[in-house]
Amino acid sequence: MYDAIIIGAGPAGLTAAIYARRAEKKVLVLEAKSYGGQIINTLDIENYPAEEHISGFDFATKLYNQAKNLGAEIVFEKAVEIKDFKSYKEVITPRNTYQTKTIILATGSENRKLNIEKEEELIGKGISYCATCDGAFYKKKRVAVVGGGNTALEDALYLSNLVDTVYLIHRRDSFRGEEATLNQLKEKENVQMILNSNVVALNATDRLKSIEVEDLEGNKQTIEVDGLFVAVGRIPENENFRQIIQLDSAGYIEAGEDCHTNVEGIYAAGDNRVKEVRQLVTAASDGAIAATEAIKYINNHQED
Amino acid sequence: MEIIEVNQNNFEKEILKSEKPVLIDFNANWCGPCRMLKPILEEIAKENDSVKIASINIDDEEDLADEYGVSSIPCLVFVKEGKEVKRSIGLQPKEAIEEMIGE
Ligand SMILES: Cc1cc2nc3c(=O)[nH]c(=O)nc-3n(C[C@H](O)[C@H](O)[C@H](O)COP(=O)(O)OP(=O)(O)OC[C@H]3O[C@@H](n4cnc5c(N)ncnc54)[C@H](O)[C@@H]3O)c2cc1C
Repeated sequence: MYDAIIIGAGPAGLTAAIYARRAEKKVLVLEAKSYGGQIINTLDIENYPAEEHISGFDFATKLYNQAKNLGAEIVFEKAVEIKDFKSYKEVITPRNTYQTKTIILATGSENRKLNIEKEEELIGKGISYCATCDGAFYKKKRVAVVGGGNTALEDALYLSNLVDTVYLIHRRDSFRGEEATLNQLKEKENVQMILNSNVVALNATDRLKSIEVEDLEGNKQTIEVDGLFVAVGRIPENENFRQIIQLDSAGYIEAGEDCHTNVEGIYAAGDNRVKEVRQLVTAASDGAIAATEAIKYINNHQED
Repeated sequence: MEIIEVNQNNFEKEILKSEKPVLIDFNANWCGPCRMLKPILEEIAKENDSVKIASINIDDEEDLADEYGVSSIPCLVFVKEGKEVKRSIGLQPKEAIEEMIGE
């Protein structure tokens, strides 16, 4: 029986592991993909306290080693279900069933998809969710960016310095992103904005060839592009826990700043819970709080 | 076996004319997930003699990346007798890679 099972080895989960290990609790961290979470693609982090510049990879690796050296057990398995038996809980993966006194859900968020046909099969063949990762493959080519927030604007700006033409497609008539970035974009001669429009279809042979764009009046046009960068936000991945954990309408876990979920002994930490600021420092903060609450719960229930 | 660095000069010998099947890892230094994949591939290379693992740096070898139509990394391409038989994109767990190369 573990004291705490932490689901997700991103900044929130690994910070929770550090706190729980320092309290000498028996800790298992489950990770579906790789440690570090969403930050591993970021080239330069400039807003983490006491680190003026650090790459996402270095940040993730330092954090992982810190948790590991403190004795956290980290296993690469995806949690597909959790069960609450009051006095203990279970976490189920495709290969194992683990028993634990507490659970910390630190599952973060994932790129939101457009949910149109062929999108999945064209990932890496024209469809991308990360301009800084894949932009280099589109030098002197034509690309489109879809989205209206900061990420979309920054992606378009980044790509405009590499590629021949950028089409920035947004479903509304104005952008939610920062004014300063938008102004920089407007000065770029190779950026063309297509507003009040949605990408409705993808045309491909073996790779993406063109996209169908439809405006609010229903007029369609075909635009030839080599790449489509999707930047329409992120979504939490909490569906596996919905049976017992309360989620809001967008799928975020209903847990406040104390990280308590509706189930005693189960906590939520990081980007996956309802909150205003989703950043590394707030994820780390949640990790510390959730672990502290879990430790309190374990110590209070020692006799059961 | 060690991972072999492949470039234009040894591409034909190490990949197209390789007797063993080859797993090509397209990567770059600035790519975080590629750097995470590396130790996994090193492990597989050590444990495995039936498959050759080759690393191609996409910044140095743009033409090879182009030839394979790589537009997202990490990208693993499994080649048998000079022909691509399987491909995966993004960071993969060790088991998935072992399955890909038929372990
Ligand atoms: C492109 C980009 C740039 C960013 N730049 C910055 C920045 O400069 N500064 C900053 O402060 N923040 C930045 N952020 C935000 C920051 O990355 C997040 O706020 C932070 O990573 C959240 O941490 P987390 O641990 O809550 O979730 P995540 O980082 O999303 O980690 C969650 C982990 O849980 C795993 N997981 C999910 N479901 C399961 C399951 N069922 N079983 C097992 N494992 C599971 C995932 O694989 C993942 O590894 C950036 C984000 C992006 C996308």
